[in-house]
Amino acid sequence: MPVMNMVQALNNALDEKLGADPDVLIFGEDVGYFGGVFRVTDGLQAKHGLTRCFDTPIAEGGIIATAIGMGAYGLRPVVEIQFADYILPAFDQLVSEAARLRYRSNGEFWAPLTVRTPYGGGIFGGQTHSQSPEAIFAHVVGLKTVVPSNPYDAKGLLIAAIEDDDPVIMLEPKRIYNGPFDGHHDRPLKTWAGHPKAEVPTGLYRVPLGKAAVVREGRAVTVLAYGTMVHVALSGIDEAGVDAELLDLRSLVPLDIEAITASVRKTGRCVILHEASRFGGFGGELSALVQERCFDHLKAPIERVAGWDTPYPHAFEWDYFPGPARLVAALRRVMEY
Amino acid sequence: MNNQPRLTLHIPEPPARPGDHPDFGGMKLPKAGETMRPDVDAAEPTMRDMPFGLIRVLDDGHNAVCPWDPHLEADVLHRGLRAMMLTRAFDDRLFRAHRQGKTSFYMKSTGEEAIAVAQSLMLDRRDMCFPTYRVLGWLMARGYPLLDLVNQIFSNAGDPLRGRQLPILYSARAYGFYSISGNLGSRFGHAVGWAMASAYKGDDRIALAYVGEGTTAEGGFHEALTFASVYRAPVILCVTNNQWAISSFSGIAGADETTFAAKALAYGIPGLRVDGNDFLAVWAATQWAAERARLNLGATLIELFTYRAAGHSTADDPAKYRPADEALQWPLGDPIERLKEHLIVRGEWDEERHAALQAALEDEVRAAVRAGEAIGTLGKSKPELGSMFEDVFKEPDWRVIEQRREMGV
Ligand SMILES: Cc1ncc(C[n+]2csc(CCOP(=O)(O)OP(=O)(O)O)c2C)c(N)n1
Ligand SMILES: [Mg+2]
Repeated sequence: MPVMNMVQALNNALDEKLGADPDVLIFGEDVGYFGGVFRVTDGLQAKHGLTRCFDTPIAEGGIIATAIGMGAYGLRPVVEIQFADYILPAFDQLVSEAARLRYRSNGEFWAPLTVRTPYGGGIFGGQTHSQSPEAIFAHVVGLKTVVPSNPYDAKGLLIAAIEDDDPVIMLEPKRIYNGPFDGHHDRPLKTWAGHPKAEVPTGLYRVPLGKAAVVREGRAVTVLAYGTMVHVALSGIDEAGVDAELLDLRSLVPLDIEAITASVRKTGRCVILHEASRFGGFGGELSALVQERCFDHLKAPIERVAGWDTPYPHAFEWDYFPGPARLVAALRRVMEY
Repeated sequence: MNNQPRLTLHIPEPPARPGDHPDFGGMKLPKAGETMRPDVDAAEPTMRDMPFGLIRVLDDGHNAVCPWDPHLEADVLHRGLRAMMLTRAFDDRLFRAHRQGKTSFYMKSTGEEAIAVAQSLMLDRRDMCFPTYRVLGWLMARGYPLLDLVNQIFSNAGDPLRGRQLPILYSARAYGFYSISGNLGSRFGHAVGWAMASAYKGDDRIALAYVGEGTTAEGGFHEALTFASVYRAPVILCVTNNQWAISSFSGIAGADETTFAAKALAYGIPGLRVDGNDFLAVWAATQWAAERARLNLGATLIELFTYRAAGHSTADDPAKYRPADEALQWPLGDPIERLKEHLIVRGEWDEERHAALQAALEDEVRAAVRAGEAIGTLGKSKPELGSMFEDVFKEPDWRVIEQRREMGV
């Protein structure tokens, strides 16, 4: 089976969808001839033609607005927002338009667009190339939000997102585009080679939206994570030496509530890990849901490990980034409670 | 309807890609002196052809010609030349520092130095510049300490912004230099608001703001123009058209259809198009717009026509999307060379003095980098850790107080 990194897996998904469906088209800043600043659309314009994959003006609101218009016409646009930090000029289009078109027109119009955008820290990108805005989108009814953590899921989720008839935002953890990262920034870089999830089948397959994956089974505590943090969680769990069950949520909306509750009811403990700042983060919602649905099973308070409530500071990359040490401390607190 | 041709989707493409011969032959370039100079207080409807001209002062023989010649003293030109050369020397040295792993990121302004340097020298110290990441020349022209720049780029213990920002996203209030953010276009309106505040207070300060030609697509650009027009804000709004926005040629921002200066027409404000590699032309156009603003006649949009001679940033390889020798073919030359030749023609400069200045500036930069390295390069030295939690608000709230305690700082 072909071995791919996450960039190649995403490129492969786009390539195959362009080939299979003439209504799919790709646009965004620098995605055409150049192939995107992270190379995700490399070669697609040359292979599929100028109108299938092209550059746009630097106007994120314009990119989403035109994608909605095209979607309403019947196309399936897949747009790239160069960095998730730069999606905010498009916020009104996403919240007031994409997310509500179906509802307010009583199903007459809808916009099946897919928004791909690299997000997250660990790259010394400073405050405008490191943020994790998932909670902002998860809060918006009518938007689906997915986050892959490996090449196999990246391809399958992207295909599922493109085929979905509702707007889907796919946040791509750019720190793990080229290799898994467990939070130990002082150790040698890893590539995806040899990772089981780097084996990516050719041909169309789907990872369904709304299904979490159990990455590691355990009985003592449930760890909920997504994106880069799945890899950080694995190393933190190892280092803490606890029998933890790790769930990779993969999809925040729709959320796999059954998988979460089944796991927490089994383990009786829950630690939530995300890069985004803590207050009002997606961990708050997860924590509330677990408390509401698993209260009788809980043996310890739910813990959240997250970015600090400050902007992402360039000099303090690894002091800000919630690495394995912070998870280990939370796991110990939960186990010793 | 059926007898019409089928609709086709138009996607603009640049004239040359890697492997092609760059050809600027089709570019319509008015000669120096050809574009008229309206009176500073002329009514906007009388100057609606300005966006399609090109304000140039230096002719092919490096002489300054009317009507836009600002008649500057040699001393001012020497200061300009020095600041431009310093900017380039600094850019080259710090770009290499990135390649040597001393920092995470860098962006050069090579080929565009005349713009920020001329405007910085021309405007008053009390005016405010709302910069992009490509106007280092503004700070160089005002003598900003090189070591502070280096420390910011290394995010070390001496960083005046205490490690908060990506390299080169400076902030220097005392030098009339507003805080830069990575988000494109979002400060264009701040310049208008700042200028409106000056008018509200009855002061005499004006503002100047930059965006790249690619960024004119953002809503913030158009919103700022509307406000500037409606309130006749004393602001100079500049579009640095360096032909490229990362890998996207200017046609993706609309340059195949009209000029960037012409965006002013719809807002009823003057739109000047200026040879951005001509120090004197940039000075003269800025002076014109500044006088107009100070006369309460409102905003001017200036397109500075130039070429991004270097890659977009340390993360970019322009050979992937444009001919490698395109910069060399740029018909408006290099701003430093042109000012140097002009000074030589005026008898105010020569090759020996130029070479000596170049060597002295390189020494100055090297010394600053050494001093920065002695404090520490990225990751080797950091501002005090607790400072990470400061300035989120003026007074810290319980969240950062608790989290700071959790970190033990
Ligand atoms: C809102 C926003 N969108 C996208 C980006 C990513 N980006 C950074 S620079 C750049 C190109 C800007 O081109 P231009 O405005 O022409 O300025 P230049 O780099 O040529 O000086 C892009 C797309 C960003 N920083 N902010
Ligand atoms: Mg540009």
